[in-house]
Amino acid sequence: MKISHAALAEKFIADEPRTDWHDDTLWFVREKRDKAAHGLPEWEQLREWGSQIKDHTLSNLSNYLKEFEEKAKANGIIVHWAGDGDEHNKIIHTIIQKHKIQKIVKSKSMLTEECHLNDYLQEKGIEVVDTDLGERIVQFRKEAPSHIVLPAIHLKREDVSETFHEHLQTEKGNNDPQYLTEAARQHLRDKFVQSELAITGVNFAVAETGGFVVCTNEGNADMGAHTAAVHIACMGFEKIIPKAEHLAVFLRLLARSATGQPITTYSSHFHKPRPGQEMHLVIVDNGRSKQLGREDFRNSLKCIRCAACFNTCPVYRRSGGHSYQTAVAGPIGSILSPNLDMKANADLPFASTLCGSCTNVCPVKINIHEQLWKWRQVIVAEGYADSTKTIGMKTMAYLFSKPSLYRFAGKMGRRMMKAFPFMTNNKFNVWYKQREMPKPPKESFREWYLKNGKINRK
Amino acid sequence: MQVALFIPCYIDQFYPQVGIATLQLLEKLGCDVSFPLEQTCCGQPMANSGFASLSKGCDANFVENFSGFDYIVAPSGSCVLHVKEHLQDAAHPEKAANIRKNVYELTEFLTDVLKVEKLQARFPFKVGLHNSCHGQRGLHLSSMTETMTPSFSKPEQLLNMVTDIRLSKPKRNDECCGFGGTFCVFEEAVSVKMGKDRVAEHDDNEVDYISGGDTSCLMHLEGILKRQGSKIKTIHIAEILNSSL
Ligand code: SF4
Repeated sequence: MKISHAALAEKFIADEPRTDWHDDTLWFVREKRDKAAHGLPEWEQLREWGSQIKDHTLSNLSNYLKEFEEKAKANGIIVHWAGDGDEHNKIIHTIIQKHKIQKIVKSKSMLTEECHLNDYLQEKGIEVVDTDLGERIVQFRKEAPSHIVLPAIHLKREDVSETFHEHLQTEKGNNDPQYLTEAARQHLRDKFVQSELAITGVNFAVAETGGFVVCTNEGNADMGAHTAAVHIACMGFEKIIPKAEHLAVFLRLLARSATGQPITTYSSHFHKPRPGQEMHLVIVDNGRSKQLGREDFRNSLKCIRCAACFNTCPVYRRSGGHSYQTAVAGPIGSILSPNLDMKANADLPFASTLCGSCTNVCPVKINIHEQLWKWRQVIVAEGYADSTKTIGMKTMAYLFSKPSLYRFAGKMGRRMMKAFPFMTNNKFNVWYKQREMPKPPKESFREWYLKNGKINRK
Repeated sequence: MQVALFIPCYIDQFYPQVGIATLQLLEKLGCDVSFPLEQTCCGQPMANSGFASLSKGCDANFVENFSGFDYIVAPSGSCVLHVKEHLQDAAHPEKAANIRKNVYELTEFLTDVLKVEKLQARFPFKVGLHNSCHGQRGLHLSSMTETMTPSFSKPEQLLNMVTDIRLSKPKRNDECCGFGGTFCVFEEAVSVKMGKDRVAEHDDNEVDYISGGDTSCLMHLEGILKRQGSKIKTIHIAEILNSSL
């Protein structure tokens, strides 16, 4: 069985200084986002537009996908459709085999994480080099990214220094970020020059032009795609937007929401293969149709993967991305993942206080916290809640529907706590582990009211 | 004006003084307040745990108790939000709809319905306000740091009418305290860490009290403060607005 989010979070928090550092670092990013958003008087209007364009697109998805495929093909792009992650991996493997390629670089693709492409190809003896700095660091460490925009955010520079010392023979104990980045750069330059095939993600696919846009800060998508003879871009089908002019909304929202930058350093527009190059596009479903069919959850597909909801989430900041054990962690991951495997991810919608901050920062206005609440209802209805919880809830529901019984239980409870504090203040009481119990008062409000207040007219 | 007082179950059982302060405050301000005697709970603990389907009996009891009033007022943003968003009664859909429309959290009732401009209250202490998420983001009792809208705060507006109070803001003014209903036990480690972090920011401001509109948040913070042996106390905003120290 999967370890629960709560258990992994507890492990993460056991190192409190590191938790504080993680929390502060991400909060800093959240504040940068606030400043950037404050800089645009039309911010809330932009969010509304972003939201409406995505809503519209999701309701007309098949048409836009058809239009996009047609245009992309006319541009000379080879379009593939993949029903699930496995098919996606097979398609890519087939292309690799056809060209007898050994050296592959990859940049900016959370989708390939979702489909576990690296593992798949590794089993076939093919090595893929992740070229984005953070991705490369976690790849060296055989870890999964812990954040969709800042994949190595769980690591401190000392950790990176150690990893590079082991894999890139940098000086032991040299934690200078510039030194370490330079080492990574030299290492990756070689990989780029040698690469025969580049895999990239897609941020936006434009139906009217058949082209797609990849947003990066390091420029690795370009480096890869411009040197390799074959370029494969992978996208979930929800990346589609109707028109190029809509980029004016999304490019402004994306980087501001993600890191507080006005725009990503590179917004690379790909329209067709350059002479002699082969360009493939793999469009993936992998559970998205199913999510589209769930009325309460369909609009989670509006997500543009900015990770603002991660950075603002008080739970994510204190539990780390690995505690979610999904390719996409954080609040949005918790509403996407139950769709893929409800049983395995049944605890994720509960890994939230429903504070609603995620919904407030989301640039495309996904009602994330409401969907968390709704997933809870679905998970319980489908029988994935643990049985002790179910019994407790049934008892509670019964008590609250019977006023006199409720009062009796309340009285007993308070009396019990007063007479035998150890009944509640013991190690079986999770609340008490790190918190005191409230001191039981001598009477309830109702009891006081009957003696001192007015008597209800009813 | 017929006002029904809704006292959430944990206030009834553990913090009667919050109910008393609310009642006295509303009466001072001229409301004709009734306390329906057969009330229990709003059903939120079940619903937020995924068991909304079990709360029908509880909901029906709520509707039976609270129909026929002009307003229903409770000293809890969280419970009010739950009633507003989720109260259903198949047998009496109109009554349920009326309640959803007329239920108010205490501070918004004071600022928006009673339009209170003056209070006879004195509280000579330094107070850090904790904004509960359900009150703030759910009921919009104050502006939020995430959205780019003009800033306001209904609880602060009221606290500023209190004589001799000194208000202070924590560094992260609207970060969640980590209570979260059953979250506080099922995700104990995160919940406590969140609470400790809230407490630390108020501690930095050297407050005497942490106050707010939701007793559930305060109960959680109080539990942490007491365990730490802190001098800081918690107090519901109704108690401050009703105090005459
Ligand atoms: S759900 Fe919204 S805030 Fe979260 S990553 Fe997606 S677009 Fe960004």
